[in-house]
Amino acid sequence: MQQNFNEISFLFPNIVDIEKFKLLPASQPFAEDAVAFLNALSREITKDPQIRNFPDVATFAFFCRKANILQLKKKYENDGFIRKGRGIVFHVAPSNVPVNFAYSLLCGILAGNVNIVRVPSKDFEQVTIIINAIKRLSENDELKAVTDKIALIRYDRTSAATSFFSSFCDVRVIWGGDETIAQIRKSLIPARSYDVTFADRYSICIINAKAYLLEERTEKIAQAFYNDTYLFDQNACTAPHLINWFGTIDEVERAKSIFWAELHKIVVQRYGKVQPVIAVDKLTALYNSAANAVGVRQTPPTDNLLWRIEVENLTVDLEEYRCSSGYFMEYHANSFAELTTIINRKFQTVAYYGFTQNELEEFVRNENLSGIDRIVPIGQTTDFSVIWDGFDLIRTLSRCIQII
Amino acid sequence: MELIEILDIPPYSLNKTEKEKLLSPFLTSLSRYHYEHCLPFKKMMDSVHFDIRRDYNYAELPFLPVRLFKMFELNSVPKEYIIKTMTSSGTSGQAVSRIFLDRDTSSSQTKALTKIVSSFIGSQRVPMIIVDSESVIKDRNLFSARGAGILGFSMFGSKRMYALNDKMELNIDELQSFLEKHMGERIFMFGFTFMVYQHLYKELVKSGVRPDLSNAVLIHGGGWKKLISESVSSTVFREKLKELCGISSVHDYYGMVEQTGTIYMECECGHLHAPVFSDIIIRRPHDFSISPVGEKGIIQVLSILPKSYPGHSLLTEDEGVLLGEDDCACGRLGKYFKIEGRLKNAEIRGCSDTYATKF
Repeated sequence: MQQNFNEISFLFPNIVDIEKFKLLPASQPFAEDAVAFLNALSREITKDPQIRNFPDVATFAFFCRKANILQLKKKYENDGFIRKGRGIVFHVAPSNVPVNFAYSLLCGILAGNVNIVRVPSKDFEQVTIIINAIKRLSENDELKAVTDKIALIRYDRTSAATSFFSSFCDVRVIWGGDETIAQIRKSLIPARSYDVTFADRYSICIINAKAYLLEERTEKIAQAFYNDTYLFDQNACTAPHLINWFGTIDEVERAKSIFWAELHKIVVQRYGKVQPVIAVDKLTALYNSAANAVGVRQTPPTDNLLWRIEVENLTVDLEEYRCSSGYFMEYHANSFAELTTIINRKFQTVAYYGFTQNELEEFVRNENLSGIDRIVPIGQTTDFSVIWDGFDLIRTLSRCIQII
Repeated sequence: MELIEILDIPPYSLNKTEKEKLLSPFLTSLSRYHYEHCLPFKKMMDSVHFDIRRDYNYAELPFLPVRLFKMFELNSVPKEYIIKTMTSSGTSGQAVSRIFLDRDTSSSQTKALTKIVSSFIGSQRVPMIIVDSESVIKDRNLFSARGAGILGFSMFGSKRMYALNDKMELNIDELQSFLEKHMGERIFMFGFTFMVYQHLYKELVKSGVRPDLSNAVLIHGGGWKKLISESVSSTVFREKLKELCGISSVHDYYGMVEQTGTIYMECECGHLHAPVFSDIIIRRPHDFSISPVGEKGIIQVLSILPKSYPGHSLLTEDEGVLLGEDDCACGRLGKYFKIEGRLKNAEIRGCSDTYATKF
């Protein structure tokens, strides 16, 4: 296939001989040189004085540490097979989350693959910091075998490059939601190849009011919830939009007033200004849901930074009325079973407070859930894990070799 | 006071206190009326705890984002009474607003528009030059807010000529002979801002023809988006037109299909004015509180006309600044303001802007 490389910018390395690149061998997951590379990457990034401004980059660097990776490796030992990477993984990273491309790459490397990563088209500084660190490491002969298996590229949405890279990849990883997936899927992949897709998802929160009322560090909880939601304007698929309160009416009312007041304090300090168009969006979302459903009531807001919408009924269409940047629907839930009635395939994360491991496990075991892939404490919704959206990315990006 | 009586009040004759006294009970009663006649509106009002028994100051009444008219069919009369459905101009693929008019609302729109416009061009019908192509009202596919605007303003013309042909080229010969025929008479010119700029102004500059339009009053509207991107300000626009063809009376207006009739005309000082029949409130994005004079915010528009649909209190997607109230140098009472453009990232709405995207 002919390809006009002028429209592709190679961010790393400067030149890629695609024909040679295709011939690079896959290795086994958690290979020593891969672990060494990630550890070196962690150190290299940490040296950059800029990371103080980018906690997301610092978090990524922390994830790459040898200790963490070896801990992870343990979970994959003794699974009864010999595993190897699939070959070439073509990653299409989301345009709105700066560091996500790096996690996708990390999974590709750890699973033993050769990786082509399309990074966000927006010029995020976080992307530059990570790419520069990789560039510096590629000059180290001991790490070259790993960095040789990485190509980081950027190209325009209209480019034919997607079809080119799709034509020979073994796995295509598509982040960025339903529309992107539909767009990318117009490009064919080889017969044995497959897509790993991260579609539009929707997340919720559950809070045990009784437990919350005993919490002394309510400010810390609010801080954690702020990170789950406002940090990415509630646009991340992990961000809760519907908050479900459990407890008696009195407990729930008291818990709510503390919870939202603490959150509002933090939002006022940290969030900055309300975008005018967002204020209009929120009002539109409220009226849209009110006209379509029964028993939708806004809790009179202090300002447009934080809106709470009380819903009387849980209905499957609630997710259609979600908005961004501080718009929360609230429901007083009686039971987990009640939640199950609205949980569909689009539900991804449940952020929780005040439930035991046992209660949550019972919820998952006893209910027929068609959605929900992760249940994490408030504050950890955006934490990356190699298990994402219900996929074990190490296993998904590798193949098993059976010997009988 | 009844609507019909209010429409007889000269449009710029009430001060702040008088206007508040008039509008608050009237607009509150409209909120109540729509609450009782439009179920989606009732549910929306319930969600923000609207109290049907309370007498509100009109600044406290809830407002609907104009986008809702694209999402819902909102009307407060039985379907069989609807005589006209107005749609906003939207580029293909964009949803359009649908505004349902019954006979009463439609005729009060005409009445209000007449009162406002006559106060600028006089109550006599005069020869009218429309800076557009006739196809825009003939072709159903093109018919939109632009066509409706032309039709609405056409009632002020005794004789009408379209200054542009189907290819949007200036009919210079026809224009000259129309002007000769009506020499000495007052001429009313109407067009969308972008059409006037692109097809009249630019053509005159290019061709060197200088028709004498010193007797003309030009009213134009539809938005400045395209002109701002070409760095043409309102002042430059007026000065250039005067230089090219002697028009000294040029009035922009601000209006929208969701509140047809109550338009905001630009005075001799270049300020947009709220008539007695409607008002604007500039709101802070931070909390929708009222922005004082000089502070930019989101524009809310209130109008006494919308009876067949719940559009009497709307939040636009435009930003503006209140310049003052009751004290404009032109002598008109009421609020005067300026538009700062669309909210960033909002859908592109407006009349001639649909066309402008092609350029």
